[in-house]
Amino acid sequence: MNTIAETRTKSLLYLENVSVSFDGFKAINSLSFVVEPGELRAIIGPNGAGKTTMMDIITGKTRPDSGTVLFEDSIDLTKKDEADIAQLGIGRKFQKPTVFESHTVWDNLELALNRDRGVFGTLFYRLTPEDKARIEEILETVRLTHRAEEYAANLSHGQKQWLEIGMLLAQEPKLLLVDEPVAGMTDAETAETAILLREIAKTRSVVVVEHDMGFIRDLGVKVTCLAEGAVLAEGSIDFVSSDPKVIENYLGR
Amino acid sequence: MITGFILRALEGKIVAMIVVLVGIAILVPALNLLTPPDSAFHIPTYAMALFGKYLCYALLALALDLVWGYCGILSLGHGAFFALGGYAMGMYLMRQIGPRGVYGNPVLPDFMVFLNYKELPWFWYGMDWFVVAMAMVLLVPGLLAFVFGWFAFRSRVNGVYLSIITQAMTYALMLAFFRNDMGFGGNNGLTDFKDILGFQVQADGTRAVLFALSAIMLALCLLVASAITRSKFGKVLVGVRDAESRVRFLGFRVENIKLFTFVVSAMFAGIAGALFVPQVGIINPGEFAPANSIEIVVWTAVGGRGTLIGPIIGAVLVNAGKSFFTGAFPEFWLFALGGLFIAVTLFLPKGIVDTIQHGFRVRKAMKAAAEAEKGRVGTDAVNPSAAQAAE
Ligand SMILES: Nc1ncnc2c1ncn2[C@@H]1O[C@H](COP(=O)(O)OP(=O)(O)O)[C@@H](O)[C@H]1O
Ligand SMILES: [Mg+2]
Repeated sequence: MNTIAETRTKSLLYLENVSVSFDGFKAINSLSFVVEPGELRAIIGPNGAGKTTMMDIITGKTRPDSGTVLFEDSIDLTKKDEADIAQLGIGRKFQKPTVFESHTVWDNLELALNRDRGVFGTLFYRLTPEDKARIEEILETVRLTHRAEEYAANLSHGQKQWLEIGMLLAQEPKLLLVDEPVAGMTDAETAETAILLREIAKTRSVVVVEHDMGFIRDLGVKVTCLAEGAVLAEGSIDFVSSDPKVIENYLGR
Repeated sequence: MITGFILRALEGKIVAMIVVLVGIAILVPALNLLTPPDSAFHIPTYAMALFGKYLCYALLALALDLVWGYCGILSLGHGAFFALGGYAMGMYLMRQIGPRGVYGNPVLPDFMVFLNYKELPWFWYGMDWFVVAMAMVLLVPGLLAFVFGWFAFRSRVNGVYLSIITQAMTYALMLAFFRNDMGFGGNNGLTDFKDILGFQVQADGTRAVLFALSAIMLALCLLVASAITRSKFGKVLVGVRDAESRVRFLGFRVENIKLFTFVVSAMFAGIAGALFVPQVGIINPGEFAPANSIEIVVWTAVGGRGTLIGPIIGAVLVNAGKSFFTGAFPEFWLFALGGLFIAVTLFLPKGIVDTIQHGFRVRKAMKAAAEAEKGRVGTDAVNPSAAQAAE
């Protein structure tokens, strides 16, 4: 465990020996995992490996039974709830795209902006020129400028995924957790998403869970392979995909 | 800040409804008081009282729409907030009777003398003072909603479970208020009112003012509700309704958002109850009956939830229907109500108002599509304020 502990002080996100079980089933099994500031990291692994559950733990949705979860080496995330953690600067994209369908694309982004989120702050909120510029900038980034006034319900599946990523950007997070962003996307959309995520990762840390190996190759970053709630292998995509355990557990199936 | 908040509320349909309500507030009492009874334009007092009652129900439906239509909280206990507002008003009216009661006790209402109360229970103190009583009309329902919501929303009780506990809440209150030793007149409730602010409750002039006030309060609450729902807060509310976890993970405290809305809604319901009681002349524990709260849901659903205007129209229409049916074919009313609810659920799931609006939108979209085909419409405009103004 020494090697993990040494990386802690310069980490953005630090998980050590985290375990959680549901009705006796160990979904996460003494998992250790470190993300550095500015890092873009890919996570692969078979269905049920615990990838989504890991994100649930980081974002306060699920409390781990044991283990350490630290943000910026000092903040204990296991003591906080979803809203606190979001305000600390951790954004999360769900596996199933989740946007506000009965709002326009613009309103979706306006709601996500990192502004006063209290009852009275939102009651009396007025769109400032600064916020307007920020929303326009995000629309540009997620390639939705031409659909700003469209109801989110009318977007294509891929566009919804991008809108959700845009909402995370509006939150101005330090760390972005993205769960299967290209599931259900066309090849062109998938390639575009890889470019988008690399762009985003220039200014913040991003963790991407994905099954699509082509996409992972496009990203060209350090890969962590999870299986049965623990890390199986970690390294470059070529290193990980030649690991016999990874082949047996994941790629070979 | 406040002006911006209110100005935003003034959207076409809302303004139209407010104008209509203010018109009604002036016209109906005028026609009642100023025209001779044999005139074709005369509105008889009984009809005005009946319509005044509908307006109170409309305010109650508006209150429910705020939590159900916008925030997704299906309260099956809103009748409780209405009844509590009504009881607060009823207590004030009881204290105004003074020594004119059957037993002639200057302080104790008749039912207390009858039940051998020696002195006024503490919670009746100050209720002879109008300002205190009106404060209670807001505070008591608001406080109940706050305490209830604090626990329910913090422990993330949602959906059907939440509906069931709201229903249990109003049922429990009904049982409590039926008890004589609660100090609210038990079974019989509070009635035989004489004066309000020194004016005879039964006098035509007083009734006219009460009617006008009901319409004005409805208009005011509609304005507030519109301001809330059209603010960024209102958009967050709809977000909570449609994708609660997304709102949480964006960093909002969903429990506070729900709590605020629930409390405001309960206060609206309390106001409705307070206006209702002097117009019908009685408040009793029957107002807490679970079935009453379910009826509110029907009005709101019929009118169209999430539209603010719809529930107002729904409440008036359904209750007018109820008055007609219970007069003409009393045994069929419940079937008619049930049938209406099923018909609306099946054929107009969005209610009357939204269905009509949808019709307009479809026509507008078809027109726009036809124009786009002619190549006249540029679609790259990204200007939300212009689009909002156009709405
Ligand atoms: N809330 C929960 N209750 C019970 N079991 C759960 C819960 N969340 C996840 N699991 C189980 O934990 C395992 C890991 O799930 P998940 O994290 O969704 O996997 P992945 O995202 O890697 O496909 C699965 O077997 C799943 O059924
Ligand atoms: Mg998953």
